[in-house]
Amino acid sequence: MDYPLTVDIAFLLLAILAVVSGWRVFCTDSMVRASFFLLVSFIAVGVIMILLAAEYLGVAMFFMMAVEMMVMATFMVMFMMNPAGLNPMMMVHQHKFSIAAGVVIFVLLAGVALLAEFPTNPLPADLDPVTSLGNELLGDSMLIFESAGIVLLTTMIGVVVLSSHRGRYGGAHEGSMPPGLVPGGDPAGMPKEDEEEGGGHHHCH
Amino acid sequence: MTLVTLLLLAAALIGIGFYGALSQQSFVMLMMGLELILNGVMLAAVAFWALSGAGAPEGQLLTIVVMAVMAIEMAMGFALVVAVFRTKQADVTEGITELKH
Repeated sequence: MDYPLTVDIAFLLLAILAVVSGWRVFCTDSMVRASFFLLVSFIAVGVIMILLAAEYLGVAMFFMMAVEMMVMATFMVMFMMNPAGLNPMMMVHQHKFSIAAGVVIFVLLAGVALLAEFPTNPLPADLDPVTSLGNELLGDSMLIFESAGIVLLTTMIGVVVLSSHRGRYGGAHEGSMPPGLVPGGDPAGMPKEDEEEGGGHHHCH
Repeated sequence: MTLVTLLLLAAALIGIGFYGALSQQSFVMLMMGLELILNGVMLAAVAFWALSGAGAPEGQLLTIVVMAVMAIEMAMGFALVVAVFRTKQADVTEGITELKH
């Protein structure tokens, strides 16, 4: 499929933008700036998707990544040292190995892209990508789509469980202990310690 | 804009993401590397859909699934960062070496 020259130029610029901003993510001093570089990289890829006629996916990418990177920047400010990039920062380990691994992955994938023979089947002229995606999501592939929704719900529950710092009866890392029925009293619903030691006849372990 | 150039761009994004995920000490920066990998995967899926798959709707569906994976990875990653920070006061991967055993 032949694209007009303007599309090719736009693709070239966006590709350079995506790669350069993706690389800058890991060598900027400020962690907040790093998350915005990642956002730029995602938006460039989203525009390329729109150039490829996948309008819904490209725009969904914008919305999702805008929100996601805001959350990421918030976490950067909350947790990380040096969020504003006031000091030089290079927090890496196994640096040479990582560079080598990244280059090897790129060379392998680029080799596949250059050497493999892929069929050339461009989009049909009368295809409406959004309609076809909608028909697929609520038609043949509805089970997959719904499964993704269920997995997202499970994730929400898991996230609340993991990040909640207290259980029902106190700190999650201290073990559960129900509160007393009167202020400062013994834990409710549990036999007293001496009763448990003395009367071992009515319960078995 | 051909399939080969699109796949090369996807390969570059995946390579950079791999480097980031392996090299960064901070948990959140590590997750950024994983996000870049998924970014490249989505681009490759859309490129195959548009130029090699004759617009089969499953190609777009695959991209949607990868997007859901990305959201799950973000949410679970941040929850784990919060949980680890709360118990160990650690925000770099070196802080939790005891988990090895």
